[in-house]
Amino acid sequence: MTRDLLVRKAGPGVSVQDTGRPGHLGLGLSRGGAVDRLALAEGAALLGQDIACAVLEMAGIGGTFEAGADMRIALTGAPMRATIDGTPIAWNASHLLPAGAPLTIGAVEAGSYGYLHLGGGIDGPAWLGARSAHLAAGIGRTVQAGDRLPVGPDAAPGAVGMRLPASARFDGGTVRVVPSLQTDFFSPAQRARLESTAFRRDNRGSRMGIRLTGQDTVFHTEAGLRLLSEVVLPGDIQITGDGTPFVLLAECQTTGGYPRICAVLPCDLPIVAQAPPGALLRFRFVTLDEGVAAESRARDHIAGLRKTLTPLIRDPHEIRDLLGLQLISGVTAGDDLEG
Amino acid sequence: MLVSFGARLSEPANRAALAFGAAVERENWTWVEECATSLVSACLCFDPLGVSHETVRAHLSRLLQTRDWYAAPLPGGRRFWRIPTVYDPALAPQLPEAAAAAGLTRGQAVQALSRTRVRVQAIGFAPGQPYLGELDPDWDIPRQRTLTDRVPEGALTVAIRQLVLFAVSAPTGWRHVGQTAFRPFRPEADDPFVLRPGDEVLFERTDREKLSAMQEDPDGGAIAAAIP
Repeated sequence: MTRDLLVRKAGPGVSVQDTGRPGHLGLGLSRGGAVDRLALAEGAALLGQDIACAVLEMAGIGGTFEAGADMRIALTGAPMRATIDGTPIAWNASHLLPAGAPLTIGAVEAGSYGYLHLGGGIDGPAWLGARSAHLAAGIGRTVQAGDRLPVGPDAAPGAVGMRLPASARFDGGTVRVVPSLQTDFFSPAQRARLESTAFRRDNRGSRMGIRLTGQDTVFHTEAGLRLLSEVVLPGDIQITGDGTPFVLLAECQTTGGYPRICAVLPCDLPIVAQAPPGALLRFRFVTLDEGVAAESRARDHIAGLRKTLTPLIRDPHEIRDLLGLQLISGVTAGDDLEG
Repeated sequence: MLVSFGARLSEPANRAALAFGAAVERENWTWVEECATSLVSACLCFDPLGVSHETVRAHLSRLLQTRDWYAAPLPGGRRFWRIPTVYDPALAPQLPEAAAAAGLTRGQAVQALSRTRVRVQAIGFAPGQPYLGELDPDWDIPRQRTLTDRVPEGALTVAIRQLVLFAVSAPTGWRHVGQTAFRPFRPEADDPFVLRPGDEVLFERTDREKLSAMQEDPDGGAIAAAIP
Protein backbone atom coordinates (compact mmCIF):
# COMPACT_ATOMS: atom_id res chain seq x y z
CA MET A 1 0.00 0.00 0.00
CA THR A 2 1.34 3.36 -0.98
CA ARG A 3 0.84 6.33 1.24
CA ASP A 4 -0.51 8.65 -1.39
CA LEU A 5 -3.73 10.29 -2.50
CA LEU A 6 -4.91 9.51 -6.00
CA VAL A 7 -6.87 12.30 -7.67
CA ARG A 8 -9.72 10.73 -9.67
CA LYS A 9 -11.38 14.04 -10.50
CA ALA A 10 -10.53 17.64 -9.58
CA GLY A 11 -12.29 20.97 -9.87
CA PRO A 12 -10.46 23.71 -11.80
CA GLY A 13 -9.09 25.47 -8.70
CA VAL A 14 -7.63 22.66 -6.59
CA SER A 15 -4.01 23.20 -5.56
CA VAL A 16 -1.48 22.15 -2.93
CA GLN A 17 -1.07 24.93 -0.34
CA ASP A 18 0.71 25.56 2.95
CA THR A 19 1.84 28.60 4.92
CA GLY A 20 3.71 29.91 1.87
CA ARG A 21 7.22 31.09 1.11
CA PRO A 22 8.20 34.21 3.04
CA GLY A 23 11.54 35.90 2.45
CA HIS A 24 11.48 36.65 -1.28
CA LEU A 25 9.41 39.82 -1.37
CA GLY A 26 12.45 41.83 -2.52
CA LEU A 27 12.91 39.47 -5.45
CA GLY A 28 9.33 39.84 -6.59
CA LEU A 29 7.87 36.66 -5.12
CA SER A 30 4.93 37.10 -2.74
CA ARG A 31 4.50 34.69 0.12
CA GLY A 32 1.52 32.83 -1.36
CA GLY A 33 0.13 29.85 0.56
CA ALA A 34 -3.46 29.21 1.61
CA VAL A 35 -5.74 32.24 1.19
CA ASP A 36 -7.59 31.29 4.41
CA ARG A 37 -4.82 30.87 7.00
CA LEU A 38 -7.37 30.21 9.76
CA ALA A 39 -8.53 27.10 7.88
CA LEU A 40 -4.92 25.81 7.98
CA ALA A 41 -4.87 26.27 11.76
CA GLU A 42 -8.25 24.55 12.14
CA GLY A 43 -7.11 21.53 10.11
CA ALA A 44 -3.89 21.32 12.11
CA ALA A 45 -5.91 21.37 15.35
CA LEU A 46 -8.31 18.68 14.11
CA LEU A 47 -5.46 16.34 13.18
CA GLY A 48 -3.16 17.39 16.03
CA GLN A 49 -0.34 18.26 13.68
CA ASP A 50 1.79 21.20 12.60
CA ILE A 51 0.23 24.13 10.74
CA ALA A 52 3.06 23.86 8.19
CA CYS A 53 1.64 20.56 6.78
CA ALA A 54 0.65 20.98 3.14
CA VAL A 55 -3.05 20.61 2.29
CA LEU A 56 -5.35 20.72 -0.72
CA GLU A 57 -7.09 24.04 -1.27
CA MET A 58 -10.29 23.73 -3.30
CA ALA A 59 -11.73 26.86 -4.93
CA GLY A 60 -15.49 26.53 -5.33
CA ILE A 61 -15.55 22.80 -5.96
CA GLY A 62 -13.56 19.80 -4.74
CA GLY A 63 -13.12 16.50 -6.53
CA THR A 64 -12.93 12.76 -6.06
CA PHE A 65 -9.96 11.29 -4.24
CA GLU A 66 -8.79 7.85 -3.21
CA ALA A 67 -6.21 6.96 -0.58
CA GLY A 68 -3.53 4.35 -1.31
CA ALA A 69 -3.49 3.44 2.41
CA ASP A 70 -5.78 4.16 5.35
CA MET A 71 -5.28 7.77 6.32
CA ARG A 72 -6.77 10.49 8.45
CA ILE A 73 -8.38 13.49 6.85
CA ALA A 74 -9.93 16.73 8.05
CA LEU A 75 -12.16 19.16 6.18
CA THR A 76 -12.15 22.89 6.93
CA GLY A 77 -12.86 26.26 5.32
CA ALA A 78 -15.87 26.78 3.08
CA PRO A 79 -18.32 23.92 3.76
CA MET A 80 -18.77 21.57 0.81
CA ARG A 81 -20.90 18.46 0.46
CA ALA A 82 -18.59 15.52 1.16
CA THR A 83 -19.03 11.75 1.20
CA ILE A 84 -16.86 8.69 1.79
CA ASP A 85 -18.11 5.70 -0.17
CA GLY A 86 -21.41 7.50 -0.66
CA THR A 87 -22.03 8.24 3.03
CA PRO A 88 -22.16 11.94 3.96
CA ILE A 89 -19.46 13.10 6.37
CA ALA A 90 -19.35 16.19 8.57
CA TRP A 91 -17.43 19.33 7.59
CA ASN A 92 -15.06 20.95 10.10
CA ALA A 93 -14.26 17.49 11.41
CA SER A 94 -11.67 14.71 11.19
CA HIS A 95 -12.38 11.29 9.67
CA LEU A 96 -10.70 8.06 8.68
CA LEU A 97 -10.42 7.63 4.92
CA PRO A 98 -10.02 3.89 4.33
CA ALA A 99 -7.72 2.77 1.51
CA GLY A 100 -9.58 2.57 -1.80
CA ALA A 101 -12.79 4.28 -0.57
CA PRO A 102 -13.80 7.18 -2.81
CA LEU A 103 -13.85 10.56 -1.06
CA THR A 104 -16.08 12.91 -3.02
CA ILE A 105 -16.15 16.62 -2.32
CA GLY A 106 -18.72 18.70 -4.18
CA ALA A 107 -19.46 22.40 -4.57
CA VAL A 108 -19.32 24.98 -1.78
CA GLU A 109 -22.51 25.51 0.20
CA ALA A 110 -21.17 28.86 1.46
CA GLY A 111 -17.83 30.64 1.17
CA SER A 112 -15.24 30.15 -1.55
CA TYR A 113 -12.32 27.94 -0.47
CA GLY A 114 -12.59 24.50 1.17
CA TYR A 115 -9.58 22.60 2.53
CA LEU A 116 -8.72 18.91 2.64
CA HIS A 117 -6.07 18.09 5.26
CA LEU A 118 -4.26 14.75 5.40
CA GLY A 119 -2.67 13.11 8.44
CA GLY A 120 1.06 13.73 7.92
CA GLY A 121 0.42 16.40 5.31
CA ILE A 122 1.09 16.30 1.58
CA ASP A 123 4.74 15.38 1.06
CA GLY A 124 7.01 15.63 -1.96
CA PRO A 125 9.75 18.02 -3.00
CA ALA A 126 9.72 21.56 -1.64
CA TRP A 127 10.81 24.55 -3.73
CA LEU A 128 12.37 27.50 -1.88
CA GLY A 129 11.20 25.97 1.38
CA ALA A 130 7.53 25.32 0.61
CA ARG A 131 5.29 22.92 -1.32
CA SER A 132 2.55 25.39 -2.17
CA ALA A 133 1.70 26.15 -5.77
CA HIS A 134 2.07 29.86 -6.61
CA LEU A 135 -0.15 29.96 -9.66
CA ALA A 136 0.46 33.63 -10.52
CA ALA A 137 4.24 33.10 -10.48
CA GLY A 138 4.05 29.87 -12.46
CA ILE A 139 5.36 27.76 -9.55
CA GLY A 140 3.61 24.41 -9.55
CA ARG A 141 0.16 24.04 -11.08
CA THR A 142 -3.38 23.11 -10.15
CA VAL A 143 -4.02 19.48 -9.22
CA GLN A 144 -5.29 17.37 -12.13
CA ALA A 145 -7.13 14.05 -12.47
CA GLY A 146 -4.56 11.25 -12.42
CA ASP A 147 -2.14 13.02 -10.05
CA ARG A 148 -0.80 10.98 -7.15
CA LEU A 149 0.07 13.17 -4.17
CA PRO A 150 2.54 11.61 -1.72
CA VAL A 151 1.40 11.87 1.90
CA GLY A 152 3.88 12.09 4.80
CA PRO A 153 4.01 9.70 7.78
CA ASP A 154 1.24 10.34 10.30
CA ALA A 155 2.29 10.83 13.92
CA ALA A 156 -1.15 9.96 15.37
CA PRO A 157 -2.81 7.54 12.93
CA GLY A 158 -5.83 6.65 15.11
CA ALA A 159 -7.12 10.02 16.25
CA VAL A 160 -10.23 10.89 14.22
CA GLY A 161 -13.88 11.67 14.83
CA MET A 162 -13.42 15.14 16.27
CA ARG A 163 -15.13 18.36 15.25
CA LEU A 164 -14.49 22.06 15.69
CA PRO A 165 -17.17 24.73 16.07
CA ALA A 166 -17.34 26.48 12.70
CA SER A 167 -15.94 30.01 12.82
CA ALA A 168 -18.34 32.13 10.73
CA ARG A 169 -16.61 33.77 7.77
CA PHE A 170 -18.36 32.37 4.72
CA ASP A 171 -20.91 35.01 3.79
CA GLY A 172 -19.06 38.34 3.86
CA GLY A 173 -19.54 40.73 6.77
CA THR A 174 -17.70 43.64 8.36
CA VAL A 175 -13.95 43.69 8.02
CA ARG A 176 -11.58 45.83 10.10
CA VAL A 177 -8.99 47.94 8.30
CA VAL A 178 -6.11 50.16 9.43
CA PRO A 179 -4.78 53.29 7.72
CA SER A 180 -1.70 52.60 5.61
CA LEU A 181 1.00 54.71 3.98
CA GLN A 182 -1.21 56.16 1.24
CA THR A 183 -4.48 56.56 3.14
CA ASP A 184 -3.89 60.33 3.34
CA PHE A 185 -3.97 60.56 -0.47
CA PHE A 186 -7.74 60.10 -0.11
CA SER A 187 -9.94 62.88 1.21
CA PRO A 188 -11.81 62.39 4.52
CA ALA A 189 -15.03 62.21 2.47
CA GLN A 190 -13.66 59.34 0.36
CA ARG A 191 -12.51 57.50 3.48
CA ALA A 192 -15.91 58.00 5.10
CA ARG A 193 -17.57 56.65 1.97
CA LEU A 194 -15.39 53.56 2.14
CA GLU A 195 -16.85 52.88 5.59
CA SER A 196 -20.46 53.65 4.69
CA THR A 197 -20.57 51.63 1.46
CA ALA A 198 -21.91 48.09 1.22
CA PHE A 199 -19.62 46.45 -1.33
CA ARG A 200 -20.29 43.28 -3.20
CA ARG A 201 -17.60 40.77 -3.93
CA ASP A 202 -17.37 40.72 -7.73
CA ASN A 203 -17.34 37.50 -9.76
CA ARG A 204 -13.79 38.41 -10.75
CA GLY A 205 -11.48 37.10 -8.08
CA SER A 206 -8.60 34.73 -7.65
CA ARG A 207 -5.86 33.83 -5.22
CA MET A 208 -4.29 37.19 -6.16
CA GLY A 209 -7.19 39.25 -4.92
CA ILE A 210 -10.83 40.14 -5.29
CA ARG A 211 -12.59 43.05 -6.90
CA LEU A 212 -15.33 44.99 -5.12
CA THR A 213 -18.38 46.40 -6.85
CA GLY A 214 -21.58 48.15 -5.88
CA GLN A 215 -23.30 51.49 -6.20
CA ASP A 216 -21.10 54.52 -5.72
CA THR A 217 -17.96 52.42 -5.34
CA VAL A 218 -15.60 54.51 -7.45
CA PHE A 219 -12.80 56.19 -5.50
CA HIS A 220 -10.33 58.78 -6.70
CA THR A 221 -7.12 60.41 -5.64
CA GLU A 222 -5.07 63.07 -7.39
CA ALA A 223 -1.94 60.94 -6.96
CA GLY A 224 -3.55 58.60 -9.48
CA LEU A 225 -1.62 57.18 -12.38
CA ARG A 226 1.85 58.62 -11.82
CA LEU A 227 2.50 57.17 -8.39
CA LEU A 228 5.78 55.33 -7.85
CA SER A 229 5.38 51.58 -7.55
CA GLU A 230 5.75 50.55 -3.92
CA VAL A 231 5.69 47.29 -1.94
CA VAL A 232 2.20 45.84 -1.53
CA LEU A 233 1.11 43.05 0.80
CA PRO A 234 -1.93 40.77 1.18
CA GLY A 235 -4.75 42.75 2.79
CA ASP A 236 -3.93 46.02 1.05
CA ILE A 237 -6.94 47.63 -0.65
CA GLN A 238 -5.77 49.15 -3.94
CA ILE A 239 -7.81 51.62 -5.95
CA THR A 240 -7.17 50.63 -9.57
CA GLY A 241 -7.09 53.06 -12.50
CA ASP A 242 -10.85 53.10 -13.03
CA GLY A 243 -11.45 53.80 -9.31
CA THR A 244 -12.50 50.27 -8.34
CA PRO A 245 -11.26 48.86 -5.01
CA PHE A 246 -9.33 45.60 -5.15
CA VAL A 247 -8.38 43.62 -2.01
CA LEU A 248 -5.07 41.80 -2.38
CA LEU A 249 -4.76 38.18 -1.23
CA ALA A 250 -1.98 35.61 -0.66
CA GLU A 251 -0.76 35.40 -4.25
CA CYS A 252 -0.74 39.13 -4.97
CA GLN A 253 2.00 40.97 -6.83
CA THR A 254 4.81 42.32 -4.62
CA THR A 255 4.75 45.93 -5.82
CA GLY A 256 1.99 48.08 -7.18
CA GLY A 257 1.58 51.58 -8.48
CA TYR A 258 -2.07 52.05 -7.65
CA PRO A 259 -2.78 53.97 -4.44
CA ARG A 260 -3.88 52.02 -1.40
CA ILE A 261 -6.69 53.39 0.71
CA CYS A 262 -6.14 51.06 3.72
CA ALA A 263 -5.10 47.57 4.80
CA VAL A 264 -7.30 44.72 6.08
CA LEU A 265 -6.20 43.21 9.42
CA PRO A 266 -4.58 39.80 8.75
CA CYS A 267 -7.04 38.17 11.19
CA ASP A 268 -10.02 39.49 9.16
CA LEU A 269 -8.58 38.60 5.75
CA PRO A 270 -10.20 35.12 5.73
CA ILE A 271 -13.61 36.88 5.69
CA VAL A 272 -12.60 38.65 2.46
CA ALA A 273 -10.99 35.57 0.90
CA GLN A 274 -14.01 33.40 1.70
CA ALA A 275 -16.73 35.89 0.65
CA PRO A 276 -18.52 34.21 -2.26
CA PRO A 277 -19.37 36.24 -5.39
CA GLY A 278 -22.22 38.62 -4.54
CA ALA A 279 -21.62 38.58 -0.77
CA LEU A 280 -21.73 41.94 1.03
CA LEU A 281 -18.55 43.30 2.56
CA ARG A 282 -18.23 46.40 4.75
CA PHE A 283 -15.07 48.05 6.04
CA ARG A 284 -14.46 49.72 9.39
CA PHE A 285 -11.34 51.72 10.26
CA VAL A 286 -9.66 50.82 13.57
CA THR A 287 -6.51 52.33 15.05
CA LEU A 288 -3.17 50.55 14.90
CA ASP A 289 -3.45 49.72 18.63
CA GLU A 290 -6.94 48.28 18.16
CA GLY A 291 -5.61 46.31 15.20
CA VAL A 292 -2.74 44.82 17.21
CA ALA A 293 -5.17 43.94 20.03
CA ALA A 294 -7.47 42.21 17.53
CA GLU A 295 -4.52 40.22 16.13
CA SER A 296 -3.57 39.20 19.65
CA ARG A 297 -7.10 37.91 20.36
CA ALA A 298 -7.09 36.03 17.03
CA ARG A 299 -3.75 34.43 17.93
CA ASP A 300 -5.20 33.34 21.30
CA HIS A 301 -8.20 31.86 19.53
CA ILE A 302 -5.91 29.80 17.26
CA ALA A 303 -3.77 28.69 20.21
CA GLY A 304 -6.93 27.49 21.99
CA LEU A 305 -8.48 25.65 19.02
CA ARG A 306 -7.51 22.19 20.26
CA LYS A 307 -9.39 22.80 23.50
CA THR A 308 -12.61 23.41 21.56
CA LEU A 309 -12.55 20.02 19.83
CA THR A 310 -15.55 17.85 20.63
CA PRO A 311 -16.19 14.21 19.69
CA LEU A 312 -18.16 13.91 16.48
CA ILE A 313 -20.23 11.01 17.86
CA ARG A 314 -22.54 13.37 19.72
CA ASP A 315 -24.59 13.77 16.58
CA PRO A 316 -25.81 10.36 15.37
CA HIS A 317 -26.82 11.89 12.01
CA GLU A 318 -23.19 12.34 11.13
CA ILE A 319 -21.83 8.95 12.10
CA ARG A 320 -20.82 6.94 9.08
CA ASP A 321 -22.32 3.44 8.94
CA LEU A 322 -24.49 4.06 11.99
CA LEU A 323 -26.69 1.09 11.21
CA GLY A 324 -23.71 -1.17 10.84
CA LEU A 325 -22.47 -0.45 14.35
CA GLN A 326 -23.22 -2.62 17.33
CA LEU A 327 -25.10 -0.09 19.40
CA ILE A 328 -26.87 -2.33 21.86
CA SER A 329 -24.36 -4.48 23.61
CA GLY A 330 -22.48 -1.74 25.29
CA VAL A 331 -19.22 0.04 25.14
CA THR A 332 -16.79 0.81 22.34
CA ALA A 333 -13.55 2.72 22.55
CA GLY A 334 -15.13 5.62 20.70
CA ASP A 335 -12.42 5.94 18.13
CA ASP A 336 -13.59 2.92 16.16
CA LEU A 337 -17.01 4.37 15.44
CA GLU A 338 -15.81 5.94 12.25
CA GLY A 339 -15.51 2.48 10.78
CA MET B 1 7.02 49.39 8.41
CA LEU B 2 8.26 51.36 5.43
CA VAL B 3 11.34 53.60 5.34
CA SER B 4 11.05 55.88 2.34
CA PHE B 5 13.85 58.03 0.91
CA GLY B 6 11.71 60.23 -1.33
CA ALA B 7 8.28 60.76 -2.83
CA ARG B 8 9.79 60.80 -6.31
CA LEU B 9 12.25 58.46 -7.91
CA SER B 10 15.81 59.72 -8.02
CA GLU B 11 19.15 58.03 -8.37
CA PRO B 12 20.31 58.93 -4.82
CA ALA B 13 16.98 57.85 -3.28
CA ASN B 14 17.21 54.49 -5.05
CA ARG B 15 20.80 53.98 -3.88
CA ALA B 16 19.80 54.98 -0.33
CA ALA B 17 16.98 52.44 -0.29
CA LEU B 18 19.21 49.61 -1.55
CA ALA B 19 22.00 50.44 0.92
CA PHE B 20 19.61 50.83 3.85
CA GLY B 21 17.89 47.52 3.07
CA ALA B 22 21.29 45.79 2.98
CA ALA B 23 22.22 47.43 6.30
CA VAL B 24 18.99 46.15 7.92
CA GLU B 25 19.90 42.62 6.77
CA ARG B 26 23.38 43.03 8.33
CA GLU B 27 21.88 44.04 11.68
CA ASN B 28 20.36 40.53 11.95
CA TRP B 29 17.55 41.75 14.20
CA THR B 30 15.77 38.60 15.32
CA TRP B 31 12.31 40.13 14.94
CA VAL B 32 12.71 40.97 11.23
CA GLU B 33 10.62 38.48 9.29
CA GLU B 34 11.51 39.93 5.93
CA CYS B 35 13.10 43.07 4.49
CA ALA B 36 12.46 44.09 0.89
CA THR B 37 13.68 47.13 -0.97
CA SER B 38 11.63 48.80 -3.67
CA LEU B 39 12.42 51.86 -5.82
CA VAL B 40 12.98 54.43 -3.06
CA SER B 41 12.19 52.55 0.15
CA ALA B 42 12.86 49.58 2.37
CA CYS B 43 9.92 47.59 3.75
CA LEU B 44 10.29 45.66 6.99
CA CYS B 45 7.89 42.89 7.93
CA PHE B 46 7.65 41.91 11.59
CA ASP B 47 5.19 40.35 14.00
CA PRO B 48 3.61 43.21 16.00
CA LEU B 49 2.82 40.76 18.81
CA GLY B 50 6.52 39.91 19.12
CA VAL B 51 7.94 43.44 18.91
CA SER B 52 6.11 46.75 19.21
CA HIS B 53 5.84 49.30 16.41
CA GLU B 54 7.57 51.75 18.76
CA THR B 55 10.61 49.51 19.21
CA VAL B 56 10.89 48.89 15.48
CA ARG B 57 10.66 52.61 14.78
CA ALA B 58 13.38 53.34 17.36
CA HIS B 59 15.77 50.77 15.88
CA LEU B 60 15.21 52.07 12.37
CA SER B 61 15.66 55.70 13.42
CA ARG B 62 18.94 54.85 15.09
CA LEU B 63 20.22 53.01 12.01
CA LEU B 64 19.09 55.89 9.77
CA GLN B 65 21.28 58.30 11.71
CA THR B 66 24.47 56.28 11.30
CA ARG B 67 25.34 57.67 7.86
CA ASP B 68 24.27 59.69 4.82
CA TRP B 69 22.36 57.00 2.96
CA TYR B 70 21.96 59.17 -0.17
CA ALA B 71 25.74 59.06 -0.57
CA ALA B 72 25.93 55.27 -0.20
CA PRO B 73 27.60 53.26 -2.99
CA LEU B 74 25.69 50.88 -5.25
CA PRO B 75 25.63 47.17 -4.31
CA GLY B 76 28.72 45.11 -5.25
CA GLY B 77 28.82 42.30 -7.83
CA ARG B 78 26.80 44.21 -10.41
CA ARG B 79 26.51 43.05 -14.03
CA PHE B 80 25.90 44.76 -17.37
CA TRP B 81 23.35 42.96 -19.58
CA ARG B 82 22.80 43.53 -23.30
CA ILE B 83 19.33 42.16 -24.09
CA PRO B 84 18.25 41.93 -27.76
CA THR B 85 14.85 43.59 -28.22
CA VAL B 86 12.45 43.87 -31.14
CA TYR B 87 10.85 47.32 -31.49
CA ASP B 88 8.15 46.47 -34.00
CA PRO B 89 4.42 47.14 -33.56
CA ALA B 90 3.74 43.58 -34.76
CA LEU B 91 5.26 42.29 -31.49
CA ALA B 92 4.95 45.44 -29.38
CA PRO B 93 1.63 47.00 -30.36
CA GLN B 94 1.78 50.07 -28.15
CA LEU B 95 5.07 51.45 -29.49
CA PRO B 96 3.32 54.06 -31.70
CA GLU B 97 1.01 55.38 -28.96
CA ALA B 98 3.82 55.45 -26.38
CA ALA B 99 6.05 57.38 -28.82
CA ALA B 100 3.20 59.84 -29.42
CA ALA B 101 2.64 60.25 -25.67
CA ALA B 102 6.36 61.02 -25.28
CA GLY B 103 6.14 63.55 -28.14
CA LEU B 104 8.56 61.58 -30.33
CA THR B 105 8.41 59.98 -33.75
CA ARG B 106 8.50 56.21 -33.74
CA GLY B 107 12.12 56.31 -34.98
CA GLN B 108 13.19 58.70 -32.25
CA ALA B 109 11.43 56.56 -29.64
CA VAL B 110 13.26 53.42 -30.78
CA GLN B 111 16.58 55.30 -30.80
CA ALA B 112 15.99 56.51 -27.26
CA LEU B 113 14.86 53.17 -25.85
CA SER B 114 17.56 51.10 -27.56
CA ARG B 115 20.48 53.39 -26.68
CA THR B 116 19.75 54.33 -23.08
CA ARG B 117 21.71 52.26 -20.60
CA VAL B 118 19.26 51.79 -17.70
CA ARG B 119 19.73 50.38 -14.23
CA VAL B 120 17.68 47.81 -12.30
CA GLN B 121 16.20 49.97 -9.55
CA ALA B 122 14.01 47.32 -7.98
CA ILE B 123 12.71 43.79 -8.52
CA GLY B 124 9.01 43.51 -8.01
CA PHE B 125 5.43 42.84 -9.04
CA ALA B 126 6.26 39.34 -10.29
CA PRO B 127 9.23 37.06 -9.44
CA GLY B 128 12.52 38.44 -10.82
CA GLN B 129 10.76 41.25 -12.69
CA PRO B 130 12.92 44.40 -12.97
CA TYR B 131 11.93 48.05 -12.84
CA LEU B 132 14.60 49.95 -14.78
CA GLY B 133 15.47 53.59 -15.22
CA GLU B 134 15.80 56.34 -15.59
CA LEU B 135 14.67 57.39 -19.06
CA ASP B 136 14.76 60.99 -20.35
CA PRO B 137 12.00 63.36 -19.11
CA ASP B 138 10.11 62.87 -22.44
CA TRP B 139 9.11 59.48 -21.10
CA ASP B 140 7.31 60.79 -18.04
CA ILE B 141 4.06 59.37 -19.40
CA PRO B 142 1.30 58.08 -17.08
CA ARG B 143 0.12 54.51 -16.90
CA GLN B 144 -3.03 53.68 -18.85
CA ARG B 145 -6.33 54.20 -17.09
CA THR B 146 -7.59 50.87 -18.41
CA LEU B 147 -5.41 47.80 -18.16
CA THR B 148 -4.07 45.95 -21.17
CA ASP B 149 -5.57 42.46 -20.89
CA ARG B 150 -2.24 40.69 -21.07
CA VAL B 151 1.34 41.29 -22.21
CA PRO B 152 3.54 38.25 -22.91
CA GLU B 153 6.55 37.12 -20.90
CA GLY B 154 9.62 39.10 -22.02
CA ALA B 155 7.55 42.19 -22.88
CA LEU B 156 9.33 45.53 -22.46
CA THR B 157 6.89 48.17 -21.18
CA VAL B 158 7.13 51.86 -20.33
CA ALA B 159 5.60 54.52 -18.03
CA ILE B 160 6.81 57.35 -15.74
CA ARG B 161 10.43 57.35 -17.08
CA GLN B 162 10.80 53.66 -16.27
CA LEU B 163 10.89 50.37 -18.10
CA VAL B 164 9.49 47.08 -16.82
CA LEU B 165 10.57 43.79 -18.39
CA PHE B 166 7.76 41.31 -17.75
CA ALA B 167 8.75 38.04 -16.05
CA VAL B 168 5.28 36.54 -16.49
CA SER B 169 2.37 37.12 -18.82
CA ALA B 170 0.12 39.56 -16.97
CA PRO B 171 -2.42 42.36 -17.30
CA THR B 172 -0.83 45.80 -16.93
CA GLY B 173 -1.29 49.54 -17.14
CA TRP B 174 2.18 49.93 -18.69
CA ARG B 175 2.53 50.31 -22.47
CA HIS B 176 4.10 47.45 -24.43
CA VAL B 177 6.90 48.96 -26.58
CA GLY B 178 9.37 46.11 -27.15
CA GLN B 179 9.67 42.34 -27.04
CA THR B 180 12.59 40.24 -25.81
CA ALA B 181 13.26 36.51 -25.44
CA PHE B 182 14.71 37.08 -21.96
CA ARG B 183 13.28 35.26 -18.94
CA PRO B 184 14.01 37.18 -15.72
CA PHE B 185 12.51 34.33 -13.62
CA ARG B 186 13.67 30.73 -14.09
CA PRO B 187 12.10 28.45 -11.46
CA GLU B 188 14.10 25.46 -12.79
CA ALA B 189 17.50 27.16 -12.33
CA ASP B 190 19.79 27.13 -9.28
CA ASP B 191 19.33 30.86 -9.03
CA PRO B 192 15.76 31.49 -10.22
CA PHE B 193 16.10 35.27 -9.97
CA VAL B 194 18.44 36.40 -12.78
CA LEU B 195 18.69 40.17 -12.35
CA ARG B 196 19.55 42.07 -9.16
CA PRO B 197 19.04 45.71 -8.18
CA GLY B 198 22.06 47.66 -9.41
CA ASP B 199 22.56 45.61 -12.60
CA GLU B 200 22.61 47.68 -15.81
CA VAL B 201 20.82 46.85 -19.04
CA LEU B 202 20.89 47.99 -22.65
CA PHE B 203 17.84 46.87 -24.67
CA GLU B 204 19.67 46.61 -28.02
CA ARG B 205 17.61 46.65 -31.17
CA THR B 206 17.28 43.43 -33.13
CA ASP B 207 14.80 42.09 -35.70
CA ARG B 208 12.03 39.51 -35.50
CA GLU B 209 13.97 36.77 -37.32
CA LYS B 210 16.96 37.05 -35.01
CA LEU B 211 14.70 37.14 -31.95
CA SER B 212 12.85 33.97 -32.88
CA ALA B 213 16.25 32.26 -33.30
CA MET B 214 17.11 33.40 -29.75
CA GLN B 215 14.03 31.79 -28.17
CA GLU B 216 16.02 28.57 -27.69
CA ASP B 217 18.84 30.29 -25.81
CA PRO B 218 18.32 30.22 -22.00
CA ASP B 219 19.39 33.88 -21.88
CA GLY B 220 17.30 34.89 -24.91
CA GLY B 221 20.44 36.08 -26.72
CA ALA B 222 21.48 38.32 -23.83
CA ILE B 223 25.13 38.81 -22.90
CA ALA B 224 26.26 39.69 -19.38
CA ALA B 225 29.56 41.16 -18.19
CA ALA B 226 30.73 42.04 -14.68
CA ILE B 227 30.77 45.74 -13.85
CA PRO B 228 34.16 46.43 -12.25
